[in-house]
Amino acid sequence: MEDIGNLFHGFSVVLQPYNIVLMVVGIVLGVIVGVLPGLGGANGVAILLPLTFSMSPTSAIIMLSCIYWGALFGGAITSILFNIPGEPWSVATTFDGYPMAQQGKAGEALTAAFTSSFVGALFAVIMITLVAPLVASFALRFGPAEIFSVYFLAFCSFVGLSKEPPFKTVASMMLGFALGAVGLDQMTGQLRLTFGFETLLTGFDFLIAVIGLFGIGEILLTMEEGLSFRGKAAKIDLKVVINTWKELPRYWMLYLRSCLIGCWMGISPAGATPASFMSYGIAKRISKHGKNFGKGEIEGVIAPETAAHAAGTAALLPMISLGVPGSPTAAVLLGGLLIWGLQPGPLLFTEQKDFVWGLIASMYMGNIVGLIVVLTCVPLFAAILRIPFSVIAPIILVLCAIGAYTVHNNTFDVVMMLVFGVVGYFMKKTNYPLAPMVLAIVLGDKAEESFRQSLLASQGSLGVFFSNALVSTIMTLGLIALFWPMIQAGLSRLRGGVKGPRTAA
Amino acid sequence: MNETAEESAGAGPSQRSVEIGVAATIAILAVIGIIGALRVGTGWSAEGPRAGFFPFYICIAILISCAVNLAHVLRTENDGAVFASWDQINKVLQVVVPTAVYVGIIPYSGIYVASALLVASFMKVLGRYGWAASAAVGIAVPLFTFVAFEKWFLVPLPKGPLEHLLGY
Repeated sequence: MEDIGNLFHGFSVVLQPYNIVLMVVGIVLGVIVGVLPGLGGANGVAILLPLTFSMSPTSAIIMLSCIYWGALFGGAITSILFNIPGEPWSVATTFDGYPMAQQGKAGEALTAAFTSSFVGALFAVIMITLVAPLVASFALRFGPAEIFSVYFLAFCSFVGLSKEPPFKTVASMMLGFALGAVGLDQMTGQLRLTFGFETLLTGFDFLIAVIGLFGIGEILLTMEEGLSFRGKAAKIDLKVVINTWKELPRYWMLYLRSCLIGCWMGISPAGATPASFMSYGIAKRISKHGKNFGKGEIEGVIAPETAAHAAGTAALLPMISLGVPGSPTAAVLLGGLLIWGLQPGPLLFTEQKDFVWGLIASMYMGNIVGLIVVLTCVPLFAAILRIPFSVIAPIILVLCAIGAYTVHNNTFDVVMMLVFGVVGYFMKKTNYPLAPMVLAIVLGDKAEESFRQSLLASQGSLGVFFSNALVSTIMTLGLIALFWPMIQAGLSRLRGGVKGPRTAA
Repeated sequence: MNETAEESAGAGPSQRSVEIGVAATIAILAVIGIIGALRVGTGWSAEGPRAGFFPFYICIAILISCAVNLAHVLRTENDGAVFASWDQINKVLQVVVPTAVYVGIIPYSGIYVASALLVASFMKVLGRYGWAASAAVGIAVPLFTFVAFEKWFLVPLPKGPLEHLLGY
């Protein structure tokens, strides 16, 4: 039970007054980021990352992860009150949250959403506390081939699980790898793909890509849709909260199921958005009130919110234990670790105990603080959305520009940000997923390094990736994930009773 | 009949042509990547795979997936779907063009003056606010960022002639 002791040590780190202040600041910033269109968890963290360069890594990760929790909470506010999902993972919340608000039950919907978020996150954090150290100690034995196989699995899951056409996912992911390869080759120290441009020497920074693709791209999309915010009034008083809380325990089965869906989808890089839709869909099918879904059913708020938060939190499990982020925001946090001079991956648990357990403790505390902040300050956050877009949009543009500049103190990066923004707009509109591209830019160097090291050891034979039981299992899982849509189609055809000649396979 | 409905919603470039354009652009980037990889060598040397080894195969994979995506677009019938109406594109350009100007003048004017101009002109032109309100917010935003970044967080941002005049 050494881990429990470590966790309590983590709490003592987190509960220092300075860190608590950072936590509250992070949550408030995070909710604002989550409420505003064009600023999401990933680019909110990316913009604020440079501010933490001078902090200690533990304080920095506390603040940044709290921005993440805040953004997860914030998405629900706009979904319920304005019928505008502030974040992709809160789209499913609008289906029943907004009708509830229309019926004058905004307070109940918000309380249910926040509480569900909290329960989902708590479940995932407990899972991380129990599982992450085991995964990390197991992963300590990994060689280059095993490490590459984990990356392979992560990226294949993207292809198999995303809604977008598989070859578009591959194209966008590989483009990310190619962009990540520009600049200095880590292994030979040679310059590549720079074509003599000095500005390309350092390569494409993924933070710039995140700010451009998600921030600027999102503003362009919002502009195109010509949003006008017409929201419902929000009032939450203690009576509403307590009455809603009294009702919620009845849905324990729904909670459990949504938590499990969320954790599963969060660990595999599918992420929070599909988790929320899946949880909503299953709840609709199973619930006794299934017919009421879409007309303001409280279960329709609980299911997606619980799953989205569980997934968002669980996405940090592979990041801290394996160094493979489960979501774009986790990828940005991972980039932060690298900048603070920490090597993400299994070694963190042995070499940076303070940091890891501080982070885990801050997940518990951050969600408690978050729940209190959002429950008490909803009207304040809703007021932000009443500021017209023509005022908010240029301010967000300015913040993005500042964020892009401060990464390397380079004005050319601001130009790149705009380029990535326009690229992001076109990719979004043509169904190329952005998350795999960002993850590929972040992990490109590491994936390539482990790939080349494995090949070096095997003198170029690809057999090294199937040389022992462990690595073969992970690679096979990866291949299954990669071809999952085809496998699924094949299975359903078998089940459909169509006699195929290839049933033997 | 579908077509007429689309017409009334606003004409614009077809989704199909943009899909083709995006796939072709990515393919061109992949070809550039392959040329770059060939320059540094894609084979083996004494210390293992050369620098171009990984990017070379990555770019090949991009080319293949672009070919599949292109084939998919070309095989499906043109359903008349519009990428965005001209009106919508106009709105998007109303953001892209000022932002491009903003990004372009930052190295010369510094970020504060450029931001003031961006916020104020956005509010004046797109939000149809009066001069006073636009100017007030336009000045308040950079002033606040100045205090937050230069004073609290001690992160220096690009400055121009105006800041130098004021002694920073």
